[in-house]
Amino acid sequence: MLSDEQILTALKQGDEHAFVQLVERHQGLMLRVALRYVRTRAVAEEVVQETWVGVLHGLDRFEGRAALKTWIFRILTNRAISRAEREGRVIPFSSLGDDDEPAVDPDRFRPEGAQWAGGWKTFPPSWDTLPEERLLARETLSLIGEAISELPDRQHLVILMRDVEGWSADEVCEALAISEANQRVLLHRARSKVRRSLESYLEPEAALT
Amino acid sequence: MSSERTITCQELTEVVTDYLEGVMGAEERARFDAHLELCEGCVNYVSQMRQTIRAVGELDPAEVEATVPDDVLAAFRAWRRGDPIPKA
Repeated sequence: MLSDEQILTALKQGDEHAFVQLVERHQGLMLRVALRYVRTRAVAEEVVQETWVGVLHGLDRFEGRAALKTWIFRILTNRAISRAEREGRVIPFSSLGDDDEPAVDPDRFRPEGAQWAGGWKTFPPSWDTLPEERLLARETLSLIGEAISELPDRQHLVILMRDVEGWSADEVCEALAISEANQRVLLHRARSKVRRSLESYLEPEAALT
Repeated sequence: MSSERTITCQELTEVVTDYLEGVMGAEERARFDAHLELCEGCVNYVSQMRQTIRAVGELDPAEVEATVPDDVLAAFRAWRRGDPIPKA
């Protein structure tokens, strides 16, 4: 598979195959991002299409200082935001704090005023003793996939980009137009929730303590 | 150097991402490490987080919509010819 940089070179030479590859690579995630801002799938699809047109318009001037994908997603985010504004929608990424659930159920810790307040009542066990196949089994992964899809929108996107797609923190901030701190909080909540789902699957008894 | 307040297990679970992302200040990082020295539960917790991240990384990237919309392809062909790009 070509890297985004190789695609960029081919693209500037008018290589349709490279363009198709680029669209196929990013389209799914682009649609998800667009859906965070606009109401319907049809509108989101329009926003994605507009984005590709915008990419073609800007391609000659694109200097490659940002990664190609980051640049594309930034165009997408800008289009989606202005579309959402026209629809009279509040921009979901602009505010934080819709959910600040703790990473771990507070009941797992000794209560305030007790000796060792804030310490584990029972230590979480090590998962190192689990067979490798267990953690990465198809069934485990599909459970993780489910847990991710149930996350609130912004957490969902950030963990997808960071941990599934392997983007850097900077790339995600730039693509989604969010601050570093914001990105990190979303990532933290997302990862913490996925860990909890894994825990109740791998060691069901822990959920009962 | 050890006179600063320590962090509790509960607090550790809230800053573990800062730790793993490498964005902690030196002092906070030292407190975090000092806690790990003494607390097996938190060592396990951090390790569970790392394993969670690794497992998430094993998922298939966003299932791709395999087809490129015709309008998008038409736009590309127009662009390549140097024609005005039709509005999406």
